[in-house]
Amino acid sequence: MTELLIKNGFVFDPINKINGEKMDIAIKDGKIVQKVSSKAHVIDASGLTVMPGGVDIHTHIAGGEVNTGRIIRPDDHVKDVERKTAMTRSGTGYSIPSTFTTGYRYSRMGYTTVMNPSMAPLQAKHTHEELNDIPLLDKATYPLLGDWWFVLENLAKGNVEECAKHVAWMMDITKGYAIKIVNPGGLESWGFGHNVHSIDDKVPNFCITPREIITGLARVNAMLNLPHSIHLHTNNLGLPGNYITTLDTMKALESVPYNGKPVGHITHLQFASFAGDGWAHFQSASEEISSYINAHNHMTFDMGQVIFTDTTTMTADGPFEFSLYELGGHNKWVNSDIETETSGGIIPFTYKKNSPVNALQWSIGLELALLIKDPWKMFMSTDHPNGGPFFAYPRVLAWLYSKKAREITLKHCNKKAQKKSLLPSIDREMSLYEIAIMTRAGQAKALGLSNKGQLGVGADADVAIYDINPEKLDIARQFKVARKAFKHTTYTIKDGTIVVKDGEVVNNKTPGRTMWLDIQTKNPCVIDEEMKRKFKQYWTIEYDNYPVFEHYLKVPQKLTIKASV
Amino acid sequence: MLILIPKRKFEVPVQAACISPDVFKGKVTAEIANMPITEGNRNLKLGDLFEIQEDNLEAPYITINGDVSKVKRIGSAMKTGEILVNGDVGMHTGEKMAGGKITVNGNIGGWSGSDMKGGLIEVHGDAGDYLASPYRGTSTGMKGGVIIVDGKVGSDSGCYLHGGILKIKGGAGRFLGYHMSDGVILVDKEVDVRPGACMTGGKIVITGTVEEVMPSFTIDSVKPKVKIDDTTSAAGPFYVFLGDLSEHGTGKIFVNKANNPQMKFYEKYL
Repeated sequence: MTELLIKNGFVFDPINKINGEKMDIAIKDGKIVQKVSSKAHVIDASGLTVMPGGVDIHTHIAGGEVNTGRIIRPDDHVKDVERKTAMTRSGTGYSIPSTFTTGYRYSRMGYTTVMNPSMAPLQAKHTHEELNDIPLLDKATYPLLGDWWFVLENLAKGNVEECAKHVAWMMDITKGYAIKIVNPGGLESWGFGHNVHSIDDKVPNFCITPREIITGLARVNAMLNLPHSIHLHTNNLGLPGNYITTLDTMKALESVPYNGKPVGHITHLQFASFAGDGWAHFQSASEEISSYINAHNHMTFDMGQVIFTDTTTMTADGPFEFSLYELGGHNKWVNSDIETETSGGIIPFTYKKNSPVNALQWSIGLELALLIKDPWKMFMSTDHPNGGPFFAYPRVLAWLYSKKAREITLKHCNKKAQKKSLLPSIDREMSLYEIAIMTRAGQAKALGLSNKGQLGVGADADVAIYDINPEKLDIARQFKVARKAFKHTTYTIKDGTIVVKDGEVVNNKTPGRTMWLDIQTKNPCVIDEEMKRKFKQYWTIEYDNYPVFEHYLKVPQKLTIKASV
Repeated sequence: MLILIPKRKFEVPVQAACISPDVFKGKVTAEIANMPITEGNRNLKLGDLFEIQEDNLEAPYITINGDVSKVKRIGSAMKTGEILVNGDVGMHTGEKMAGGKITVNGNIGGWSGSDMKGGLIEVHGDAGDYLASPYRGTSTGMKGGVIIVDGKVGSDSGCYLHGGILKIKGGAGRFLGYHMSDGVILVDKEVDVRPGACMTGGKIVITGTVEEVMPSFTIDSVKPKVKIDDTTSAAGPFYVFLGDLSEHGTGKIFVNKANNPQMKFYEKYL
């Protein structure tokens, strides 16, 4: 079939320890191979940077809350309209782009795999319908299981094995990829107008604490041999002083056996690293958090960087969105309770440079990324669209690889925030190798995607080629040139096909796959009469209509996992 | 500078954001006639739909003679210069306008002056719904400038008003000044129900009549007159209502006492 040869590029492939070496990459039938025939189409990449296709571990691009966000924000769509071209479909949306536009924009930046991190099981069908319509990318989605009644019931009884079987069943019927936990216990409490404020608070009606939910599901994760760890949005997120909860959570996870594979991933760490006892005394806790992380290896993280722009925050953490509603001057707000599963909240928000809190949040995200020494632990994200839209990633990268870029932005920030910021004392400027780890290799490794994030023989032929010549361009000094290059690739190659050339989409026949886990337990989860009765009593959907079958996915990719229970 | 005359009656909407003194400035007539414009789903040139004549006025000045009630976005985002329309004009006229003047000798369509930041729109006729109201979903509307309407205005006028002045010499439809946070609205005739719903600031002055104010407003005082802008004020006396309390608002509605005897019962709460 098709053969491609990428000649003479500067290759950055951290998984195979290739750091800017000039070499050729051969592609055949959608995979990286040793060599190709002389008939192969040659891409001359001399003077260009070649990296594996980007991987995003956490980006809200599909599902119930994303779509509700679109509905309440016509003002977001009118300011960013993409016209139809011969190759692409039209679309709208700045912070919540429509499905096709999402695919095109990611692909133009060199991304080829993205993970949708929060899907209420009840909205699984909707989520997959949207994922089906996001072209050019491989996708997967994480069902929200941290406040799912059957999980809480089983863990409260101490029945971890039964819980594991249940989670395996849930992955199958929601076509999910990893266990997502959002404010464990807090969302169940929110259904009754409460929240939990530490990991040892009791969840109403269930005799269980957030600590038990987190460690219990981490054990379940290990029993099922899931490729990714538990994907955790911590308690007390977005509140001053919450770094103590974050530290407690990380310490609690030390109790879960660690065998070299991380036991947990704390997402959008910036929102979980606030110190101070109120908004007036808001402080950065990046030092405390990063020094703990530097001394421990059992977890991975992503940034959740804030961008100064108008965006739409959306999370399953309903109580957090309520506090944002109170804080942000009563903007329009969506609050929902999703039956027995989770909650949800959406609120438009503008991060402002002149706000002492927002400016310091911007600083905290970068402090964390720079103070955590090992890039294999800390990945780049904006928690799209909560911290800012994903197409602002090149700006985040510029702040990471250029102190000059940071200084210029900090100069325009609120004076109080400038004084509290640690950024002036940090000299670290990331190399392209470290950037490649934070944007693809590390994320693919944490997700357990062995065919992604690397260019070794046998890997998926997902490649991004940027117009950066590492021999000639000093990215730290000329950060704007590199930032522009990261915005639009010279080539993006998905499964061995050129999908983007010179920043323009040139292929519309690559829908991308939806990955899901088929977990084989020794005994399958028994759906007994009691469970069906509960479905009848507490769900608005009949049990028989609940599962998402494989035919529902446009291009499914089943990943079979052997569980140890 | 230029006179535009529609060549025929338009049946479907025409999008003409290019009709603006800022865009025309420095261009010769042939260039202007060549500017893109759409009629329905057809891409056309300005010269296909309008006859363009030059006049001897020097200032950036556009005159439109004829019915352009199907033509949208005239004077969009204009900063300087003047547009005079002798006839009815369509929707979104003067949207995002920052300066200059639009005079309409006829009626003006809905959403006119939407997101306006400065300048003056004078309408010697009636205005449609959503006068000076921002795009759907936007929480900050008109920020500055003045709109004067000789006739009546439709419903939802001055939504999310955040600055500037609306002077309406006729009546106003329901939900006048919905969610407004600053600025002034003056209405000289009858106002339909629910003026100032959800308002958090600014003032609505009703020298004409209004059936009632919403129960989420509370009577504050009776004042002999109220300031409209730096040079003018309206003579009362006025009942002053504070609200909208359901939004913790501190907006004010001034209702003429003499023209609204049905509100006399409020005086016992003073």
